[in-house]
Amino acid sequence: MKLIVIAGPPSAGKTAVTRQIIRHFHPGKKCAFLKIDVVRAFEDEELSTEFGIPARKIYSGDLCPDHTGVMVLKDALAWAEKEGAEIFIVESAGLCLRCSPYVTQSLGIVVLSAVSGMNSPLKMGPMIALADVAVITKTDLVSQSEKEVFREKTKEVAPAIDIIETNAIQGTGLRYLMRTIDDLPGIRDRDAIVLRGVPPLGVCTICVGKREIGWQNHFGVIRKLDGAGELFRGD
Amino acid sequence: MSPGAISEITILPGHDRNGNPEPFDRIVIRPGDTISIVGPTGSGKTAFINDIEVFAQGDTATGRRVLVNGEVPPEEFIRDPSKKPIALITQNTKCLADMPVEAFLAMHVRARKLDSAEIVSETIELANQFTGEKLHAGCRITALSGGQTRSLMVADAILISNAPLILLDEVENAGIFREKVIEVLKEHNKSVIFVTHDPLVSLLSDRRLVMRNGGVGKILRPGGREEHVREMVARLDLTLCRFRERIRAGELLTGPGFTV
Repeated sequence: MKLIVIAGPPSAGKTAVTRQIIRHFHPGKKCAFLKIDVVRAFEDEELSTEFGIPARKIYSGDLCPDHTGVMVLKDALAWAEKEGAEIFIVESAGLCLRCSPYVTQSLGIVVLSAVSGMNSPLKMGPMIALADVAVITKTDLVSQSEKEVFREKTKEVAPAIDIIETNAIQGTGLRYLMRTIDDLPGIRDRDAIVLRGVPPLGVCTICVGKREIGWQNHFGVIRKLDGAGELFRGD
Repeated sequence: MSPGAISEITILPGHDRNGNPEPFDRIVIRPGDTISIVGPTGSGKTAFINDIEVFAQGDTATGRRVLVNGEVPPEEFIRDPSKKPIALITQNTKCLADMPVEAFLAMHVRARKLDSAEIVSETIELANQFTGEKLHAGCRITALSGGQTRSLMVADAILISNAPLILLDEVENAGIFREKVIEVLKEHNKSVIFVTHDPLVSLLSDRRLVMRNGGVGKILRPGGREEHVREMVARLDLTLCRFRERIRAGELLTGPGFTV
């Protein structure tokens, strides 16, 4: 079974890209789908109605959605394999731009929207830097100049990334993505799969529910507006 | 193969929505050619230029193939917009960046690694030949009218992108001087394909592809036989343009002198 992990900011077109992948491969190669989201998601119902594929979702609620993804991925792989899937697509919630849900033995795709502003790739860091492929959507809506600059900025974050530009609704230009998926080896050893990068996880007083503002009210890793000297405050 | 070295782009036939093969051997586009694509809504006009834009290799819904200098083009032509020999400008194409015209063009010049000090002002000058509402170096991109934006994008495609083939999808609605655009494109030895409902643009093109049911139905080469009508339509168009300008200027169009 091939594993594809799709990340990207909200409304970038992750599901449009997912839909094109399924349309291209299914039912020749059976696809399964998992959506990880925070409060509401509809993609699983839409895709299973449209293509008749096994699809499900999980809500992260109070937990970071990428954290949830890490927690459930092993179970999800077992589920998809039991469903007989040959391609398993996991779509992240696309919230924290610092996060990066890609794992080893998979294809990591970041979906970026060309209309999100030319500097947006520079703000994302690991979500782009640790992906294998950047699919840039909505390129039909922006000028040639902005398209070229968006590409340059993406390359600045990840010089070796494979960039594919598309109008994902029409699927133009996605033949290169399909070729990459064709060439993707399947999972060799499920137990050896690990996250590609170290996520910015940590248990802090905000995570556990203290809502007061100001570092004076918190313990552990803190940050002051001026002076980077003191970073940790004990109990 | 560099984009400058393109002598022809060839389109090999595909099929219409019912799977009937298109009735042509090949369509060859050479520098300076103007082609218009006409036909009712939904007949496949935009799909035709999309095939060219992605250099289809039998992998789109129409099954067409597009060759450059008789060969399958290198992948970077398709994938790297700065190497792509084609500029596509549609009604949906927008400049979203909120910055002055001059900075916007300079940004594109930098991305292209061109070192010409004058190219930005030349591009603005050229854009102003296409539009009645002059734009200045300091105008903000987001404040430009539809016509000014299209004019700027066409000028950018000619001078900065230096694309040998320009695809214009229904740009006539944007209020640009279409005759001037065609004249300048020919001067710069660019080929252009118009998707159009506009009689003047259609009549100014050397070839007309008539679309039907998702495929090319007919290829017309007027070869001067429409000259008379073309002149008449150009006159009508000019008259309408003048009326438009006077209405915009706040005049009441009465009295002598307002006969066609």
